[in-house]
Amino acid sequence: MANPSAPRQKGIIQTPEERVKNFDPVVKGLTAQTAKAEAQRCLNCKNAKCSAACPVNVKIPEFISLVLKDDMGGAASKIMETSLLPAICGRVCPQENHCEGACILNGRFEPVAVGLLERYVADTAREQGVLKAPEPSAWTGKRVACVGSGPSSLSAAAELRRAGHEVVVFEALHDYGGVLRYGIPSFRLPREVISKEVETVQAMGVVFERDVLVGASVTIEELKEQFDAVYIGSGAGLPTMANIPGENSVGVYSANEFLTRINLLKAYKFPEVDTPVNIGKRVAVLGGGNSAMDAARCAMRLGPESVTVVYRRSLEEMPAREEEIHNAMEEGIKFEFLTVQKEILADEKGRVKGLVCTRNELGEPGPDGRRKPVCVPGSEFTLDVDTVIVAIGQKPNPIIPKKTKELKVTSKGVLEATEFGETSLKGVFAGGDIIRGGATVLLAMKDGIIAARKINEYLGVGNDY
Amino acid sequence: MIINTVTDKKQLSQDIARFEIYAPKIAAKAKAGQFVIIKHDSDKEGERVPVTLVDWDADKGTIVVIVQAIGKSTAMYNNLKTGDRFTSVVGPLGMPVEIKNYGTAAVVGGGVGIAEVYPIAKALKEAGNKVISVLGCRTKALLILEEEMKNLSDMTIVSTDDGSCGAKGLVTDAIQKLVDESNKIDVGFIIGPIPMMKFTSILMSKLGIKPYASLNPILLDGTGMCGCCRVTVGGEVKFACVDGPMFEGDLVDFDELSRRTGEYKDKEKLSFDLYKEKHICKSGLH
Ligand SMILES: Cc1cc2nc3c(=O)[nH]c(=O)nc-3n(C[C@H](O)[C@H](O)[C@H](O)COP(=O)(O)OP(=O)(O)OC[C@H]3O[C@@H](n4cnc5c(N)ncnc54)[C@H](O)[C@@H]3O)c2cc1C
Ligand SMILES: Cc1cc2nc3c(=O)[nH]c(=O)nc-3n(C[C@H](O)[C@H](O)[C@H](O)COP(=O)(O)OP(=O)(O)OC[C@H]3O[C@@H](n4cnc5c(N)ncnc54)[C@H](O)[C@@H]3O)c2cc1C
Ligand code: SF4
Ligand code: SF4
Ligand code: FES
Ligand SMILES: [Mg+2]
Repeated sequence: MANPSAPRQKGIIQTPEERVKNFDPVVKGLTAQTAKAEAQRCLNCKNAKCSAACPVNVKIPEFISLVLKDDMGGAASKIMETSLLPAICGRVCPQENHCEGACILNGRFEPVAVGLLERYVADTAREQGVLKAPEPSAWTGKRVACVGSGPSSLSAAAELRRAGHEVVVFEALHDYGGVLRYGIPSFRLPREVISKEVETVQAMGVVFERDVLVGASVTIEELKEQFDAVYIGSGAGLPTMANIPGENSVGVYSANEFLTRINLLKAYKFPEVDTPVNIGKRVAVLGGGNSAMDAARCAMRLGPESVTVVYRRSLEEMPAREEEIHNAMEEGIKFEFLTVQKEILADEKGRVKGLVCTRNELGEPGPDGRRKPVCVPGSEFTLDVDTVIVAIGQKPNPIIPKKTKELKVTSKGVLEATEFGETSLKGVFAGGDIIRGGATVLLAMKDGIIAARKINEYLGVGNDY
Repeated sequence: MIINTVTDKKQLSQDIARFEIYAPKIAAKAKAGQFVIIKHDSDKEGERVPVTLVDWDADKGTIVVIVQAIGKSTAMYNNLKTGDRFTSVVGPLGMPVEIKNYGTAAVVGGGVGIAEVYPIAKALKEAGNKVISVLGCRTKALLILEEEMKNLSDMTIVSTDDGSCGAKGLVTDAIQKLVDESNKIDVGFIIGPIPMMKFTSILMSKLGIKPYASLNPILLDGTGMCGCCRVTVGGEVKFACVDGPMFEGDLVDFDELSRRTGEYKDKEKLSFDLYKEKHICKSGLH
């Protein structure tokens, strides 16, 4: 019998004191026992609001019922009917905005922990060896190139391979996963989870080539000649700098640089690895999204005296995932809300010695309904910091559109694409952050699947396989 | 042949090694002024290191890089042999240098910068320029590619700090002398240590020669996604790995470049000391 009033399972969470000393997962997932207990809380709704609110409409009540029956293979297959990366989505989706936020239990009880359950199913099915990658259909005689190996390209590649095409993924970096690998830290997303997802796609027969920068090592035109269609999932890897005086001082990092050193090159292990990273004693992190939270929490784990997040709006408006904001606060990270960076001060050696800020207050609502932050005159003050990490946004990397004249770009700098991922260049499709700007893993995945289906049509291959 | 294999490695001097590497995609597209990022995982995960494309053979599918051992990673590469493989070689990166007929081009290389400027000298000669090469280094034993540069230049001047080869003095002295002796120079391409590029750019500007300098900030990815390599040129922030690395020398903030490249000096020393310790213990050699 459903048991919604039982307390919501949380998994085993490392204490803040412990976890700021390591990069191990903050949350150890559910066990067989706690997974069943949580699954029992679900009402198995007929017109499940949770599924409707999931951008790829995962069949949630259905997979939860299979958890109750201990059928991990079945539950995994059920999830993978619409989501190709359940171990990842379960860990990084902002569930509060989707499945869990829409769960009918909200209000009277706590919502069902859909994310933790999804993660449990994926991890356990994998352990038991019953996580089945979709079977590729018979070879269509067609070849498709995928640019980038982030969630968008990975999903497109898997879906295209499932349709029976030959697929090759080209990645600029020396390892696969995109932002999952270089941006999101291992204490949120263990490296093995990413590697296993990539291996699953490889096992389907998708070929991966690393160290290939499309636009330089090979052009889009050449890919169009060598392949029958091209999917661009090159993400939004261009860091937005604050453009304030002193930004080139020694000790100022973009979040991309800082996170890439730590997550991709494991600089927190230096000198057991060759890549270094420097963090001073007092760190300021500018921004309020997932990048800022990840940068702040990685910085904290390097042992400074303090880490302070500087955000121009209020807590309620922070776009970062709720769980990460909460965890960051528990880990001792300080927050200066309604605060804007104005200038970075440096000493005689050019090293950061302070961050000049002003305060904002919320004024009249703007066209999007949100109250606009307005500068408070005379509110200038200086934060005593020696390191600044700029995590205020990302834009699409311009290399491919710059080197491919016919690929149109919108005024926002993203690739122009239809709702099916068709770009202005025939036979070239795109999805994920390269068409959305910095968005989410799930939307990137969704774009990949939708574009793959459109590519099937374009190649004269049906979509029922 | 597996990509990234070192098809030929030889020492040019005690600390400078020449690597021929099998990298057909890169060899097919390489242009003067561009570079690659190499990575080598030994017992530790390697870092990403930029090195200039010195030469390439599209038919053989090979590229040539010339590397000076000045720290842990480059010392480790120095100990590789023909037949070893780099873990990663990515490129060609950076903007190619604009090669056209300027008239007379001065090509100035300092230390290992001589190797880095060689492909530019070659391309300028092929485009019909009169090429004056100025090669600077501390002492004769460290001079590399003298023959190769002489073979493609109309004039070659060697400058050593101690006078052991060529003129005693700096490349700036050599350039001043060239102009004093009524040599008309239309443009300069400079690659070498930061102070050398700074003062050569200043001098050339003064003498009415447009200077271009190939900047060497610290790089991480080399593809424009991190901003590590940012430099200030003409008051604007540029990413050396995608907008450069060659920039107008009279507009570069060399002092800022110098400060930023010193960021990791302490950690670099630690890493190098640990490597040297281990290497001495292992082979008994230095
Ligand atoms: C620090 C950080 C934390 C985040 N946390 C979350 C989170 O918790 N939850 C969430 O839903 N979303 C999160 N996001 C957003 C999410 O990661 C992205 O929306 C998503 O990764 C986009 O996927 P993608 O496949 O489009 O691109 P990316 O993941 O950016 O992958 C693009 C890949 O393409 C490669 N590439 C780029 N250009 C080329 C080229 N020319 N040739 C070859 N390869 C190329 C890149 O190296 C990269 O590997 C986060 C983002 C950041 C930066
Ligand atoms: C575009 C470009 C082209 C280059 N071409 C050549 C070349 O053809 N031959 C050659 O010998 N060297 C070249 N260099 C310099 C080379 O990258 C450095 O000498 C090398 O990184 C030193 O590594 P290390 O670990 O041995 O020394 P370390 O002890 O780590 O560093 C020694 C010094 O090298 C510089 N350095 C360190 N890390 C980097 C990095 N990631 N990127 C850039 N500089 C760094 C710093 O100034 C540092 O103080 C080039 C650099 C750039 C930016
Ligand atoms: S994919 Fe994300 S939004 Fe959809 S059900 Fe899973 S955790 Fe929720
Ligand atoms: S809305 Fe909540 S209770 Fe209903 S099926 Fe979804 S998770 Fe279960
Ligand atoms: S090295 Fe990262 S942007 Fe240039
Ligand atoms: Mg180094």
